[in-house]
Amino acid sequence: MIAFVLQRLAQAVVVMLAVALVAFSLFRYVGDPVINMVGQDTPEEERIRIREQLALDQPVVVQYFRFVQQIVSGNFGTSLRTGIPIGQLMAERLPATLELAIVAGIFALAVGLPMGVYTGLYPRSRLSNAFLTLSLLGVSLPTFLIGIMLILFFSVMLGLLPSFGRGDVVHLGPWSTGLLSASGLQSLIMPAITLGMFQLALIMRLVRAEMLEVLRTDYIKFARARGLTNRAVNFGHALKNTLIPVITIVGLQLGALIAFSIITESVFQWPGMGLLFLQAVQFADIPVMAIYLVLIGFLFVLINLIVDLLYYVVDPRLRVDVRAGRGG
Amino acid sequence: MTDRPNAPLLEVRSLRVEFETRRGPLVAIDDVSFSIAPGEVLGVVGESGAGKSLTGTAIIGLLEPPGRITAGEILLAGRRIDNLPYEAMRRIRGREVGAIFQDPLTSLNPLYRVSDQLIETIRTHLPMNEKEARARALQLLQEVGIPGAAERLDHYPHQFSGGMRQRVVIALALAAEPKLIIADEPTTALDVSIQAQIITLLKRLCREHGTAVMLITHDMGVIAETADRVAVMYAGRIAEIGPVRKVVQEPHHPYTVGLMGAIPNLGHDVAALTQIEGSMPRLNAIPPGCAFNPRCPKVFDRCRVDRPDPMPVGGSDVACWLYGEGR
Ligand SMILES: Nc1ncnc2c1ncn2[C@@H]1O[C@H](COP(=O)(O)OP(=O)(O)OP(=O)(O)O)[C@@H](O)[C@H]1O
Ligand code: SF4
Ligand SMILES: [Mg+2]
Repeated sequence: MIAFVLQRLAQAVVVMLAVALVAFSLFRYVGDPVINMVGQDTPEEERIRIREQLALDQPVVVQYFRFVQQIVSGNFGTSLRTGIPIGQLMAERLPATLELAIVAGIFALAVGLPMGVYTGLYPRSRLSNAFLTLSLLGVSLPTFLIGIMLILFFSVMLGLLPSFGRGDVVHLGPWSTGLLSASGLQSLIMPAITLGMFQLALIMRLVRAEMLEVLRTDYIKFARARGLTNRAVNFGHALKNTLIPVITIVGLQLGALIAFSIITESVFQWPGMGLLFLQAVQFADIPVMAIYLVLIGFLFVLINLIVDLLYYVVDPRLRVDVRAGRGG
Repeated sequence: MTDRPNAPLLEVRSLRVEFETRRGPLVAIDDVSFSIAPGEVLGVVGESGAGKSLTGTAIIGLLEPPGRITAGEILLAGRRIDNLPYEAMRRIRGREVGAIFQDPLTSLNPLYRVSDQLIETIRTHLPMNEKEARARALQLLQEVGIPGAAERLDHYPHQFSGGMRQRVVIALALAAEPKLIIADEPTTALDVSIQAQIITLLKRLCREHGTAVMLITHDMGVIAETADRVAVMYAGRIAEIGPVRKVVQEPHHPYTVGLMGAIPNLGHDVAALTQIEGSMPRLNAIPPGCAFNPRCPKVFDRCRVDRPDPMPVGGSDVACWLYGEGR
């Protein structure tokens, strides 16, 4: 178990270093930050001073390690555009994005999993066909279109739900939550549905395919031959085996939800990290872009790590393999 | 018919199984009739695709669409079971008719401990609490000869070897003391060295428990040693059925004669039954008359027109015009 965790942690560190390298290269290849910071009539000495202050005169490798070192020590630098420390900016925006992504993920899972199980168990039923058709829409409609259509219907035509923003937030220490106020919850509904729709369809189709596959296996046939109840066979034996790939995908998709929230956040003017990133891109605010990349990478790696550990809990075969040193 | 002391435990009458396809129905099992007495071992042999597994699957009521029974009936201890609702049939599966399949490596759910699977099966059918069921599970594992059963009980399937897994499968099939077990090639997937052990075990357990067995296999050696009677299937029909000694020593049906010719001497294992020229027809190309006629060395005119039904010949039932009247 410990060896397994250490191995995965080592992999995570390597991946993070690579992500940091990509983020770092933004500084080198996307314009000259000094030019963006200073006015036209800034004297050359002043420019050199800023350059030195930002360590832009050092060798690349040194700069990279300084970059990594600063991030690790929690110093994310300051936004070129606003002059606010990036750590503070992100801390303000992170709760909005995480709440949106997690609620969207729960929505996708809570609806997609039962739909997938149903369509897997009754592939020929009319309801299954309806679900499948809907899921096709879910995977093929662009996110912004779903968002705009929801706004048109529920905000403009029916006036039921707010079309933008996060509503009232409640501050719990450093965390600002929209989950504790009525307007916050109302504001969350449409963005979460918009963001979760693709994942919902994906999860449904995945669970369905896995379910159909598992139901064909010998151990399911043998479970039926032993006279186990349908419930035990379908929801015990079959569903549990279906869950292994589903956990992987759902985990990875949670990362994707956070990353792809950019579009949803811009449609609903949701004050999260995605919106922050878009603004940063407009102003070539490279430190913010770089830290955003690193942060998203970190969340991906973290989620992956958790998924691996979950695997380990669900699948007994992994446990023994690792113990016997076969790994893999 | 032959005079058997016991009323049959299983009776299959004129069973017909069809697959609905876009180009019309395919008849996979056609007019198959046989019976198994309590405690009796019926061997079933035949080439691949003859319909052996399908017959077994139809008996335990697990045919999958588009396959279905379109004619005939199946009686268990005198009670018709082929037309039962799903839930009633489910109660019979495992409790009255058990099944063992070919591949022990894939018959057990990899995510559940052996104890979970045993206890679940026991408690589905028998009124026992968790503790009693666990005690019975342990006893079953000991009975099927798993060394260190007490510790092995809570292991996962992948921690067992193939032979040991098949023993677990046998324990599972016997968990609720069914009166009949359908064993579909229970040793084919195993190492040759282990096959005999598993067959011996199965035979011993069934004798001790008075369980009847429908033993599907390609191995005539196993049939000769284990079965009381044997049914030879060809292209979805029974070609010959009778006491094992009769069928092996004086086969009547030309197909059976060919099969027996493939065995150098009894007790030797013969993996495949392909000593006869040609191959079995596909379901959509079964010739009129006797299905065996394109390959039969003794074919004559009538064989190509009329289909022979099994008729009694010297203690067996043989579906061949050589033994019909008008020859
Ligand atoms: N789903 C299906 N659709 C159409 N035909 C099928 C289907 N399942 C089985 N069959 C046909 O039914 C026939 C009998 O199959 P069965 O599995 O009973 O053969 P078998 O005698 O057990 O052969 P083997 O020795 O290979 O196990 C075969 O010709 C097979 O092609
Ligand atoms: S009926 Fe004719 S073709 Fe069929 S086995 Fe007998 S002799 Fe051969
Ligand atoms: Mg078969």
